[in-house]
Amino acid sequence: MGMLSAFANPHRFLALSNWLAPLFYALGAALIGWGLWQGLWIVPKDEYQGGDIMRVMFIHVPAAWLAMASYSAMAVASFTWFIWRHELADIAAKAIAPLGATWTALCLATGSVWGKPTWGTWWQWDDARMMSVLFLLFLFLGYMALRAAMDSRQKAARAGAILAMVGGLNVPLIKFSVDMFTSLHQDSSVITSEGPKMAAVYLWPLLMSGLGHSLLFGALVMTLMRAEIWTRRAARQRARLLAGA
Amino acid sequence: MSPAPILSAFRQALGEAWAGGAGALLPLGFFAGAAVLVPLGIGTEPGMLRAVGPGILWVSLALSSLVTLERIFQADVEDGALDLWLQTSAPVSAIAAAKTFAHWLTAGLPLALMSPVLALMFQAEAGTDLLSGALIYGLGGLAFFFWGGVGAALSATVRRGGLLIALIALPLYVPTAIFGSMAMSDAAGGDSAPLLLVASTLFSLALAPFAMAAALRLAAD
Repeated sequence: MGMLSAFANPHRFLALSNWLAPLFYALGAALIGWGLWQGLWIVPKDEYQGGDIMRVMFIHVPAAWLAMASYSAMAVASFTWFIWRHELADIAAKAIAPLGATWTALCLATGSVWGKPTWGTWWQWDDARMMSVLFLLFLFLGYMALRAAMDSRQKAARAGAILAMVGGLNVPLIKFSVDMFTSLHQDSSVITSEGPKMAAVYLWPLLMSGLGHSLLFGALVMTLMRAEIWTRRAARQRARLLAGA
Repeated sequence: MSPAPILSAFRQALGEAWAGGAGALLPLGFFAGAAVLVPLGIGTEPGMLRAVGPGILWVSLALSSLVTLERIFQADVEDGALDLWLQTSAPVSAIAAAKTFAHWLTAGLPLALMSPVLALMFQAEAGTDLLSGALIYGLGGLAFFFWGGVGAALSATVRRGGLLIALIALPLYVPTAIFGSMAMSDAAGGDSAPLLLVASTLFSLALAPFAMAAALRLAAD
């Protein structure tokens, strides 16, 4: 727990994120830029995956990865806050929600754009992954709506943490149930037991793009967290001034 | 710990649901009304109604549970009953579970018992086992009520929390809706679907009371 307590200190977080966030922005932008350049101009198109439209993969796959990772991160942060009441964990969960919802929506949108020419449809109801990601988006929206409906910050934190934990425990069940439907998607080709099956020419830009999106996500979370910390400080300062006046 | 507060909460919830809402008639009326709107909306072709019938009943059941649940904990927050529960020796999770169960008895179980009639109206095939269908709707409805109860407890202090409950609970309804419709249809995997439905209902019974208790403690603050 020593490590967690060290991270839970807002002063240390502000000092750390002061240089880490810009670094993540720069590295993230560079990696996303490189991945897009590789993906849009360098790699050969794959006719089997719909020709040039398969290049959307370099955004779609990182977005899908972030959709899942961000909900897990939000559930873990909520759990941490609920057990140890580290304020920073709640600030993190609050910051992750809108960003996670954004990347989840991006995943759905790019998937639709890719699906139309390849499978002939914008939306496929019996596709397990589409449905899972859609329900993930609903979980994010419910979380944000619940927080917004609470009348104090403390209540929003508690209600949000309960919901995120319940949602997190339900995600495997939701995933399993929608997997019972047949899937149009090909099987996973990045992570398999025999190692990556994807050709190296696609794999490297994809991995770098995924890392870049993750870094950008981390940087945006840190920025939102910093804004929240300063907002709370300003509110406290204002209350002090009003009390003194 | 004594079971008396749990029993009294259960009795009170039963009485409330029975006296305040025209007994089981109101939920039944809503359930039937929602289901009967469908043929008016999509047409009356018997083959199509037979295909969509079980799904329509699941959607109507989910909607009925959401409509019923909006007020179940709000009144307890307003009249102070919640504060009294928190001072008793009985666990709040058990009290919340008893209340939710009472509401399922008055507003969920009657719908399941009525499902054979609606299934016949939706042109269910002659060989369909309507009674095990009712059992499946009943078990699925129990999961709906417990997950919806979590949403109701979380939004107990929110004015007009009904839409919020729906947004919170609907993703949690997904496994039940999927396993339930699979159990009602002859599709592949239909054999294991009733067992999976029971498993996901048991999961909700195991988890939801603790989430409701945590949310009610928050509502009392």
